[in-house]
Amino acid sequence: MNVQVLLFASYADAFRAPHVDVALPEGATVRDLLARVKTMAAGHALPPAPVVALNQVYAGLDETIRAGDEVAIIPPVAGG
Amino acid sequence: MRTAIVTGRIDAAALLGEVAAVEHGATSLFLGTVRDVNESRAVTGIEYAAYEPMAAAELDRIAGEAAARFGTDALVVEHRIGDLGLGDISVAIAVSHAHRTPALDATRFVIEELKKRVPIWKREHYVDGTMVWIDPTRKPQVTGLASPSSTFGS
Repeated sequence: MNVQVLLFASYADAFRAPHVDVALPEGATVRDLLARVKTMAAGHALPPAPVVALNQVYAGLDETIRAGDEVAIIPPVAGG
Repeated sequence: MRTAIVTGRIDAAALLGEVAAVEHGATSLFLGTVRDVNESRAVTGIEYAAYEPMAAAELDRIAGEAAARFGTDALVVEHRIGDLGLGDISVAIAVSHAHRTPALDATRFVIEELKKRVPIWKREHYVDGTMVWIDPTRKPQVTGLASPSSTFGS
């Protein structure tokens, strides 16, 4: 399946895009997604354990990604 | 209870009016404003960006938790995004309750959770024309006298 991964702030700057497309096998987890994204050209810009949200809720590394999920890699938040 | 991500100016007095209730003897207001210096660098303004639908949802979840935990629905939170100038209000939290302790504690809870969980980012603009996305997980450089043991700058 093809997953569109949303990027923000410093991550969007590093990848020079507000999202990247990632091909993942069925049953892939958040951990698999991050491993794949880290191999991309700007992957070195990500910290060792980036935070991921699935469908606008923070997700653990073992959560499964399904086709159609809204996936985002969340830089360290700095609101307030 | 109401939360919002807004792009216009925050009206703190309006928020106070929104949470006012005759049965509530205590009202607490927190305002976060754009400061002119950060880590010894002169700041000219801050650009706030958000993952808007999730920021709105997470802010709402935090407000719901605060309402349940501290026993009041009279709670309003607004966070502004976009380009803000020095002194502009970036976040406002107003809470009222029958008594002061839960009103103050709920306010504190919301700002602390917001800073940990709500997907909002800020890029500081400096007088020399440069700009930097702020990463609170990086320890600030020690540039002068020791900081107070407890600081809660926004």
